[in-house]
This record gives sequence, structure tokens and C-alpha cells, in this order.
Amino acid sequence: MEKNVTYIALFAALIAALGLIPKIDLISGVPITAQSLGIMLCGTVLGAKRGALAVLLFLALVAIGLPLLSGGRGGYAVFLGPSAGFLIGFPVAAFVTGWIVERWQTNLFLSAFVASFAGAIVVLYAFGIPGMATVLGKTLPEATLLATPFLAGDLIKCALAALITRAVAQMRPGALLSRT
Amino acid sequence: MLTLTSPTPTWAHPLPAPVKLAALCLATALLFHLTTLPALALAAAATAALTLSFGPIFARTALKLLRPLWPFILIVALWHLASHAPTQGAAIILRLLTTVTLANIVTMTTTLTAMIAVITALARPLKPLGLNPKTLALAIALTIRFIPTTLLRLATITEAFRARSPHRPSWRILPPILLATIDDADHVAEALRARGGAG
Repeated sequence: MEKNVTYIALFAALIAALGLIPKIDLISGVPITAQSLGIMLCGTVLGAKRGALAVLLFLALVAIGLPLLSGGRGGYAVFLGPSAGFLIGFPVAAFVTGWIVERWQTNLFLSAFVASFAGAIVVLYAFGIPGMATVLGKTLPEATLLATPFLAGDLIKCALAALITRAVAQMRPGALLSRT
Repeated sequence: MLTLTSPTPTWAHPLPAPVKLAALCLATALLFHLTTLPALALAAAATAALTLSFGPIFARTALKLLRPLWPFILIVALWHLASHAPTQGAAIILRLLTTVTLANIVTMTTTLTAMIAVITALARPLKPLGLNPKTLALAIALTIRFIPTTLLRLATITEAFRARSPHRPSWRILPPILLATIDDADHVAEALRARGGAG
């Protein structure tokens, strides 16, 4: 019980910290915020239910006015802006990522990579692109075009999430709640 | 921890948070039904007047909070100029600025404590589903406390990396940060259990 609460709370804090420090230069020139990496890690490490709860907790803190989104954004306003769809998709993305890692008991790196791709790219874009289309008054293909520059960075983040998850499994096997 | 709440008191600060939130929902729903440019311009002017009624410092901060929107505004503006539909573009931009400003006003005039109270109240009907509002309040407090701690860890590990390597910190600092977060979570869980549990 206590372990669940603290893991969920600290992973919510981790998503916030990753968004506040964008200085980690993964590959120069690719627009990258580490925040969605946090979403993937919530799923791959905590599993479906706890991962989604951690993301919901993070979003609740953003909604009540803490400037925790990358770029120091926060408050209800972000749920009305152009990235609203992505924010609504965040917990679903973490859930799908965690669900796949839990069910597909193969090599952890492969499973975590595919899960991150399915969750934080396929599912997340499925929420984010219609959101962008609505707020900016675009058609779906036009909004998709606006979102494609982020695809390269997100693919790199899937690989990183898989690498980091494997490192956690090796060094703190008991912490990998998605596989226990 | 920094919040977006305005430190200078305004007339909207003492209003109850649920009232402000309900008004925001209503106003936003209304704005998405306005489609003509004059109506939206009127709404934008009213919002600007409302912001100014809170004083010049407040208004300046509110304006600063709109800054992250400029790339989107630029894209919409260029797009609609190129497709010869400038009226439609102006309507989209006005609606975006108005809804975001209204939401920022609610955030800026409501304290963190009042917001947490609203969240725990909203969570009360979820109790049969296994979500205890007290546990939720504990989780919120833990997260707020651990954001600066995690940031400090990030800074320490980045420094340690810089001291050992001529290169810029790469993704390699991320696993130790995550492991440190996990260890912190284990310690806090143990400390909570020792003090009577979280339940």
C-alpha cells in the first residue's frame, strides 16, 4: 500500500522534473522534451494501472496551477490550448504502455520498446492530433503534418525508455512493478 | 515551490474556488459556440477588461503567460493568410487567446490549498472504487515535496558527470536518476509504514 502510493507520487515528480530540465541534449536539432519519456517510464516500470495513476496525479498538479509542463506551463489553460489532446492522451498512453509490458513477457528491452511505441506514439498521437485539429481549426491530415517533426525524437525516446527500463530491471529487480 | 497564483491580492481571490471553476467551464463552452468574428472580438475585449480590473502587475503577468502560444498563433496566421481565409484565422486565434487567458485568471486568483481541497472533494465519489481522498491528498503532498528533491538529484548527477567527462551529459545520466527516485520511494514507503501507514 505505502509502496504503491510513494512510487506513484515519486514518478509523478519524475515526470515534472524531466519536463523542467530540458537541458539533457539527446540529439541536437531534434525537438525533444524529456516529459514524454517520463510518461513511457511510468508505463514500463510501474505497469498499466499505477503508471496511469502517476500520470493522472501529475496532470492534477498541472491543472491546479503548478507550472510543471515543459516550458513552465501550467494551470487549467493548458487543457484548452493546442496540446490539450496530447495531455488527455498522456494517462491512456502510460496505461497502454504498461499493459503491453505486463502481458508480453518476452525480452524486456523489446517488450518495453514496442510498448512505448504503441503507447506514447500510436495512442498518444491518436489523441493529440485530433486535439490540435480542433483547437487550431485544421483538418486531420493538416494537423498530422504539424505533428510529424516530433516523430524522430519520440522514436529515440522509445529506445531510451527501453534501455532505462532494462537498467532498472538489472539493478532494482523488485522495483519493476510491471513485471512483479 | 513556485505556483502560478498571483501574490498581489485581487477582488477575485476571496471568491470560492468551485464557483470560479464552474464559471470557467461555462465561459469556455460558450466561447466554442461563438463563431463570428465580432462576437469573439467582444468576448476578447471583455476578457481584457476583466484582466485589467485586477491591476497592471496582474495584467502584465497574465500577458506573459500567453507567450508559449506564439508558435501556434504564427502557424495559424500564416496558414490562413496563405489559404485566403484571414477572418477564420483571426477567429481561431481570438478564441484560443480568450479561453487560455480566462483559465489563467482562475489559476492566478486561487491558492494551491483551495485547489487541493477541490480535488479531494471531487475524488470523494470515487471512494467506492478504492480511491481514498486522504490517500490522494497524501500523494499530492508527496509529489509536491519530491519535485525539488528530484531536481536536486538531477543537478547533482549532472555535476558528477561533468566532473568526470569532457562531453555534455547524455541520456546516460537518466538511469541513475531513475534508480535514485526508486530508492527515495522505497525509503519514504518504509518511513510511512513505520509511522502508521498511508491508509
